[in-house]
Amino acid sequence: MTPPRKKKMNLKQRYALMTRGLDWETSYQKMDDVFPYDTFEGIKITDWSKWEDPFRLTMDAYWKYQGEKERKLYAVLDSFAQNNGQLGISDARYVNAIKLFLTGVTPLEYQAHRHFAHLGRHIRGAGPRVAAQMQSLDELRHAQTQIHTISHYNKYFDGFAEFPHMHDRVWYLSVPKSFFDDACTAGPFEFFTAISFAFEYVLTNLLFVPFMSGAAYNGDLATVTFGFSAQSDEARHMTLGIEVIKFMLEQHPDNLPIVQKWVDKWFWRGHKMLGLVAMMMDYMLPKRIMSWKEAWEIYFTEAGGALFEDLSRYGLRVPKYADIATEEAEHISHQNWAIFYQYTQAAGFHTWLPTDEEMAWLSEKYPNTFDKYYRPRFEMWREMEAKGERFYNNALPQLCQTCQIPMGYTEPGDPTKIGFRSTEYKGERYHFCSDGCKDIFENEPEKFAQAWLPVHQIFQGNCGGADLGDVLKWYRMDNGTDNLDYSGSPDQQQWDAWQAARKKVAG
Amino acid sequence: MAGIVSITLQNNDEARPVIESILEDNPSANANYMPGAVKIDCPERLVVKAESVSERIGRDWDPQEIHLTIVSMGGSLDEDDDELVLSWGA
Repeated sequence: MTPPRKKKMNLKQRYALMTRGLDWETSYQKMDDVFPYDTFEGIKITDWSKWEDPFRLTMDAYWKYQGEKERKLYAVLDSFAQNNGQLGISDARYVNAIKLFLTGVTPLEYQAHRHFAHLGRHIRGAGPRVAAQMQSLDELRHAQTQIHTISHYNKYFDGFAEFPHMHDRVWYLSVPKSFFDDACTAGPFEFFTAISFAFEYVLTNLLFVPFMSGAAYNGDLATVTFGFSAQSDEARHMTLGIEVIKFMLEQHPDNLPIVQKWVDKWFWRGHKMLGLVAMMMDYMLPKRIMSWKEAWEIYFTEAGGALFEDLSRYGLRVPKYADIATEEAEHISHQNWAIFYQYTQAAGFHTWLPTDEEMAWLSEKYPNTFDKYYRPRFEMWREMEAKGERFYNNALPQLCQTCQIPMGYTEPGDPTKIGFRSTEYKGERYHFCSDGCKDIFENEPEKFAQAWLPVHQIFQGNCGGADLGDVLKWYRMDNGTDNLDYSGSPDQQQWDAWQAARKKVAG
Repeated sequence: MAGIVSITLQNNDEARPVIESILEDNPSANANYMPGAVKIDCPERLVVKAESVSERIGRDWDPQEIHLTIVSMGGSLDEDDDELVLSWGA
């Protein structure tokens, strides 16, 4: 007689056995010596067993689903490369958004991989430790699949070849790099708050959802596929973010002021960094899917509103300066694109002025601001171009000590006046773009006084030399190929030749 | 204001039966289609029932298969063998 079939365990039992059940209290070493980093920030945890991963994903299931995702992804990537997918994109200007993505975002995925590996070793609760281990593997997968996918574009377009080198050196890439360096040099709970909560839960939708949907709309099969494949992990990362916040707030009332300060800081830092994405969405996608302002309304005002309403039962409030960030959603993409237009000679992607049709779209999406403040500037620059006097800004800009963005942003309530703030620390004066960035510095001046500011470093002679050519060489940016306007670039010449060939074939 | 919960799924063949089940099982849910993906919003609570998806695809659907097509979410999540629930206040 065959024995009766053993009943399968349910998800909750499997999760309990495969995470908690594999953990133990150390006996011949003190737990504090084995886990030396999870107490110094002042976060009080009384019962680690209260943590639960809402997806209840165990390592065996993790491998199974990740393996399936990879098989699907690589089938598409292979097909994209084999079938010359680069010919199917909406316009070659689009590729510049991918250049910014590879140089600015992909290295952050790798940084996240490293730091989650650190947390996957050093958090004493088994639940978050396993979640961090999975996330570490996810982030490595994201870095690899992005590099692999985009390597196909590197065969045909300029600006991709030196992306890790550029990430460590180029002025605007210091914005995302310093953001992540700041998180990785913080303690484990601040890192969770910064990356898992403020970035992944509150803000990452603004990067990935409209951007990947934009890739779908612009015919970029490869980016859509890696983007959505990565994004399927992101939902799990978001649950880690929200759980960690609730966990800290539920464990001890003393945690609230610490968590609130981190939420304020990382919301503001994330908002400033995502200004680069705002510009990608409003100016760099030839076919646009939604404006930055619309994305902000859906993903911050509406989704963030519901989130912070829910968290208010713990006493947590909406991040400080959220109202100012919302006001800035009307301006930030236009101001950023204007900065890159002026400094195109030092950018690793191409720039252009919006066409009439694109300006009409911007007027429609930004009825309060575009025609009044930004259209006249773009039209003036267009006239200057027509006269052969294309405007380049040849002065190095002052940078904000905290976010490292050139000081081109305007005052809340007055878009005609550039905002400046400053403070003194140990006899030196430090400059900021906003109250948010100034507050962050003043909370941790010993950290931010050490910031590696690209403009300061150029002036100190640490960036290859004194003139533009020297600095571009040090960036490994090929002058006349990787930088300057799209119009007249080798990228454009090649794209136009492809289009002409297509017409010829069509007869 | 009732907190909106939300789930975004890829708009592909694998996700379609999941999307259909959600819309049928959550009468107040509202689907917003964008290129490549669909964002489904629902006031307060949204459930994905394994039974409904299984009926549509003619085999047992494990709620963990949601990992293959999910893009994003808003709300607190709870998952077991039968369903996946998004809500606030949990």
